Amino acid sequence: MQKEEQSKLEAILAEHNYDPSSVIAIMQAIQGEYRYLPEEMLSYVAKRLKVSEAKIYGVATFYENFSLEAKGKYVIKVCDGTACHVRKSVPILEEFRTLLNVSEGNPTTPDMLFTVETVSCLGACGLAPVCTVNDHVHPSMTPEKVRELIAELKEEAAHEN
Amino acid sequence: MKIKTRAELEAARKSYQESLASQKKQILICGGTGCVAGGSLNIYNRLQQLMEERNIPCSVKLEEEPHETVGLKKSGCHGFCEMGPLLRIEPMGWLYIHVKVEDCEEILEKSILQDQVIERLVYRDAEGVPYERQEDIPFYKQQTRVALEHCGHINAESIKEYIATGGYTALAKALFDMEPQEIVDEISDSCLRGRGGGGFPTGRKWAQVRAQEEPVKYVVCNGDEGDPGAFMDRSMMEGDPHRVIEGMMIAAIATGSHEGYIYVRAEYPLAVARLSEAIRQAEKYGILGENILGSGFDFRLHISQGAGAFVCGEGSALTASIEGNRGMPRVKPPRTAEKGLFGKPTVLNNVETYCNVPSILVRGASWYKTIGPENNHGTKAFALTGNVNNTGLIEVPMGTTLREVIFNIGGGVKGGEFKAVQIGGPSGGCLCQTAEEDHLDMHLDFDSLKKVGAMIGSGGLVVMNDKSCMVEVARFFMNFTQNESCGKCIPCREGTKRMLEILNKIVEGKGSMEDLELLEELADTISQTSLCGLGKSAPNPVLSTLKYFRDEYIAHVVDKKCPAGQCKALLSYQIDPELCRGCSKCARQCPVNAISGEIKKPFVIDNEKCIKCGACMEGCKFGAVKLG
Repeated sequence: MQKEEQSKLEAILAEHNYDPSSVIAIMQAIQGEYRYLPEEMLSYVAKRLKVSEAKIYGVATFYENFSLEAKGKYVIKVCDGTACHVRKSVPILEEFRTLLNVSEGNPTTPDMLFTVETVSCLGACGLAPVCTVNDHVHPSMTPEKVRELIAELKEEAAHEN
Repeated sequence: MKIKTRAELEAARKSYQESLASQKKQILICGGTGCVAGGSLNIYNRLQQLMEERNIPCSVKLEEEPHETVGLKKSGCHGFCEMGPLLRIEPMGWLYIHVKVEDCEEILEKSILQDQVIERLVYRDAEGVPYERQEDIPFYKQQTRVALEHCGHINAESIKEYIATGGYTALAKALFDMEPQEIVDEISDSCLRGRGGGGFPTGRKWAQVRAQEEPVKYVVCNGDEGDPGAFMDRSMMEGDPHRVIEGMMIAAIATGSHEGYIYVRAEYPLAVARLSEAIRQAEKYGILGENILGSGFDFRLHISQGAGAFVCGEGSALTASIEGNRGMPRVKPPRTAEKGLFGKPTVLNNVETYCNVPSILVRGASWYKTIGPENNHGTKAFALTGNVNNTGLIEVPMGTTLREVIFNIGGGVKGGEFKAVQIGGPSGGCLCQTAEEDHLDMHLDFDSLKKVGAMIGSGGLVVMNDKSCMVEVARFFMNFTQNESCGKCIPCREGTKRMLEILNKIVEGKGSMEDLELLEELADTISQTSLCGLGKSAPNPVLSTLKYFRDEYIAHVVDKKCPAGQCKALLSYQIDPELCRGCSKCARQCPVNAISGEIKKPFVIDNEKCIKCGACMEGCKFGAVKLG
């Protein structure tokens, strides 16, 4: 681990007073920074909180929101709550997956640009079906809007490079 | 500024009320998750910018000194989510729907400067009748708002507005006018029951915690609203965060606790932000912290964020998660009231339950009991979603009928005829209208629903029309609970998996009659032997659909047909020769060359080759491709 990363991690740990009961909040902060939980960081956290690596790993794998694998630049989450489901969210998810050639088991594109996941209810049921891109909500999705959205994001990414 | 005594609180209230009254007009823009996603913050920014440009005095915060301005504020959820973004103008009570950034100029010009209502922005019902005032719209007219009293009517980010509208009056009463036991008695008398699903009497729970001799006790708020299709708690936390805090503090005074936690699911970032801000303000004003209002009572409040686990809505799993562990339930007893968070006695209530508490204390248990039927008093908030015209957040007296909720408030079913409503999410059951059963006139309260094998749950109401396949709905819920099963106990871990496999088989057209019996047998075992509520209630959606829609299951397993036309494996695509113009578009779009024909003559689909992707149907301009 780089020195710079280590000091970032120390700052996060200090903010939570090195309290083992704050381990979930600590991991959320790490994921907020890196978009996933790098393994070496988890080992470091375990050491500094004086708990076993197994315990940290247990918590990290229990909760849906934590990822031990790197995610794409754009994390697309398709809501599959009941309200979105009855307003046809499955074709939206399928469109994303077909378009980007990803699947449930392999959710990230090789260029690390996109990750496609499902998420349980976001509570924006009035706008169903919805998806989020890096936590920004896109309301009333249709397969056609999916195609437009991906084109837009690809252009945005190309622009930035 | 710190408010140090009760007298200072009352003086502050008077001054904030004067400031509020001095705002000639107020523009309340819905700042709930739904409207924010629809672009309401852009409207807020645009209005602020326009007022600056035109030198219209505008206050985004309540000023200490009253002076005449136009108040511009982000409120909590107005509830009428389908019509968002929503904008309300006070004191006229006008509600504008589907507001766009381009409308801002006209709103300022006409409604603010000239007191004119803008006809094209008001709500119209199916017959085209316009409703200027929010309170006259049928969606609102039949609601009774207690827990959601302030939601959409005050600035959700302002403690001053909360105090100006009577906030923390109940706290002062609990601190200075009542003995802790009297508070417990008042809540018991009101018959308030837990709004999170179980319906356990709140007063009894508080009495149990109060009776514990342990010096350290906790008050915990369950904001882990995981039921898909439910967003009542979210709206309360976002729209009136101080009310949640006040309710929790009263529970703390009653039970002798000095520390509390609000557990919010990670999918609700706005709720976390608003609650954090509310706690910060309350600390600054001396409402939270040490020696509150000079009473000698101390209380600290923390927010704990979930990380995506439905099972954490269960009490012991929730406390395990706050402690930084895997969110797994444990065997009970001991109950949370005896050994909860960090092994200490804990009051654990749902967001909506706490939101009812301040009103009960201020207006009294006898007032509360005038709402709703015997033993089911008060109101209930529901999230009305699915195939319904007015998706949104509503609050009605307990005992309101399903018909009133769906047809009068909800404006009727969207895209077809009413078929069923799923109540209580993946733990609940369905209510329906079939040849044998009609639940439309059923009263929505704890006891009435229990009689038909459903439950009020947290309050998600997902309406389904006749195009919904009930077997597929049951499979959807089983898939959800199976995914969310924590894996600790075998009946839930293995049982839900087997049930899901069978349901998958049925929707794929590979099921048999024996499978239905096996489903019932498994359901029985799982509900009797699972460790926690998640497992015990997991089979409910299957059991209730099997009970009321057995014909549909039989059609899937015997006739290999899906009557609602939803289960892909049981459908075939056909081209209606009457409607087909022979344009060949479908043949060109078919990825497996299953469609053939001559130009200008009807085309045909070869069902042996067809992979049922639906591309032909999507592309046909004449609606000639049909599912049968």
